[in-house]
Amino acid sequence: MITRILPQLFRHIFSRAATNLFPAAHMPPSLTDALSDPDSPPNPTVPVGKRFRGRLNYDRSKCIGCKLCVRVCPAHATDYLAEEKKIIIHNDRCCFCAQCTEVCPVKCLSMSSQFMISSYDRKANIVTGA
Amino acid sequence: MSTTYTVPIGPVHVGLKEPVTAWLDLEGERIVGAKIRPGAIHRGIEFMARERNPIQVIYLSERICGICSFSHVIAFIRAIEDLAGLKVPPRAQYIRTLVLELERVHSHLLWAGVACYTIGFDSAFHLGMQMRERVMDVLELLTGNRVNYGVATFGGVRWDVTPELAKAMREMIRYYRREFTPFREIVMADPVAQARMRNVGVLTRDEAVRYSAVGPTARASGLRVDLRKSSPYEAYADIPVEPVVPQDYFGAAHGDVLDRFAVRVLEVYQSLDIMDAALDGLPEGPYVAEPNVNKVLASLKKAEGTGWGIIEAPRGDDTHIVSLKGGDDNVFWWKVRAPTYANAVSWPLMFRGNELADAPLIINSIDPCISCMERMMVTDGGGDPLIVTKTELLERCRRKTFDLGSGIRTKGAGTGGLEGGTTK
Ligand code: SF4
Ligand code: SF4
Repeated sequence: MITRILPQLFRHIFSRAATNLFPAAHMPPSLTDALSDPDSPPNPTVPVGKRFRGRLNYDRSKCIGCKLCVRVCPAHATDYLAEEKKIIIHNDRCCFCAQCTEVCPVKCLSMSSQFMISSYDRKANIVTGA
Repeated sequence: MSTTYTVPIGPVHVGLKEPVTAWLDLEGERIVGAKIRPGAIHRGIEFMARERNPIQVIYLSERICGICSFSHVIAFIRAIEDLAGLKVPPRAQYIRTLVLELERVHSHLLWAGVACYTIGFDSAFHLGMQMRERVMDVLELLTGNRVNYGVATFGGVRWDVTPELAKAMREMIRYYRREFTPFREIVMADPVAQARMRNVGVLTRDEAVRYSAVGPTARASGLRVDLRKSSPYEAYADIPVEPVVPQDYFGAAHGDVLDRFAVRVLEVYQSLDIMDAALDGLPEGPYVAEPNVNKVLASLKKAEGTGWGIIEAPRGDDTHIVSLKGGDDNVFWWKVRAPTYANAVSWPLMFRGNELADAPLIINSIDPCISCMERMMVTDGGGDPLIVTKTELLERCRRKTFDLGSGIRTKGAGTGGLEGGTTK
């Protein structure tokens, strides 16, 4: 009813917008590059929560090649390199469940808070830890 | 002399969120018959599960549905816990209940907003979507993600509810108690919204029983069915839940779209009460029985048998049945019955006598999740086609259920819903 919706309308005229601006003015070819471009600072993003699970970090030197992370990965995002006894992670396949970071015995995997990782270059989304 | 035209709505249509086709027989603007043809979004998730171990399938089951993902996870996990006899610590049960209710709130708010959008009431749609952000924020704080939380695991949950989180949840509950009533009144007292939703898409009480409607769709037709009451799981054993039926609030149940709106909106208040009670009673102690995933996997490798998990998802009963074979890493077989499957058979009845313009609203009124529903696909494999009558099919079904039941405990089987309802 008009009497009920009017107070809401007035409230919203004077309150802050509920939506956030997109980080870049226009959709750039690579969002990751655009964000690190010093000439056009991005619109600030909303900070993520403490438990946010973003792109994986991998400490290759610590990894003991136990393959446990390969065993639990639901998305088959980790590939085991048999000769080197190390892994690589395809971040574009990862579903960010953090199961591998939980199971890794030497804790060489961790989730970062980086979430703007889309790119046209598939190779850019492979984490080698090197 | 009237001519009947057959018009398809879908599979891709502005009024629908997911692909399904409704072939409507029209006389002028009036719908005189309807046929529903699903089959556009089958993804073969069960097949993928057969090359994954139970831990991996948790995250696969989460992807059956984006909105009620946690319900599917809990149903799947409960099925595995049932077959392997895993115990869940009380604190984990309460945390699961909290997340289930948070999910119900965001699912119902989304539906209420989209229903307003379907009838062209965009101001209320934006209001609903803005309000929904609050529960999404709490979910993100608690689990790290806004959808597909990844918070549950066998024998408990993966992340605890800390005191700050409990505080954030209390604040959210207070926010909704304050802000939700104006939204409800704006929509329900609006004469246009009433005209669009009252006596549209009616499913009577008897029809709801006969066609096995579940969840809010059944409750809106006046059936007192709610698995949280009739076969409590997790913390619902401690927290009493009364099914929300329109006759308790408005005197009579019409079984129309407005009643379905009212039931979902009132369930949001109920969820807030449940969350308050769960936070009050949150027991101390561990939140997972066995934190070592390797040990869990090793014990599940030995497990053998079939387990059931049936819970009340935001849309109705969600059933998962899982079978594991001893010595085998992977899931042997897995069957999912999502609530939309039960509710979709009522669609043709709801369409009767309504106008074409109401069709998207009626389709949306059961809160359909087509991705949840499409669990199998019959392809032409070159074999003989087989046509069975309804009686034969029922007979085959019973025989299969009987065969299933003879090997396992039949606990929990078959109590999925209507029993509590027919005896008012
Ligand atoms: S976070 Fe999950 S999906 Fe991603 S690599 Fe780890 S286990 Fe695989
Ligand atoms: S679980 Fe950890 S140590 Fe083992 S292979 Fe994976 S990254 Fe390496």
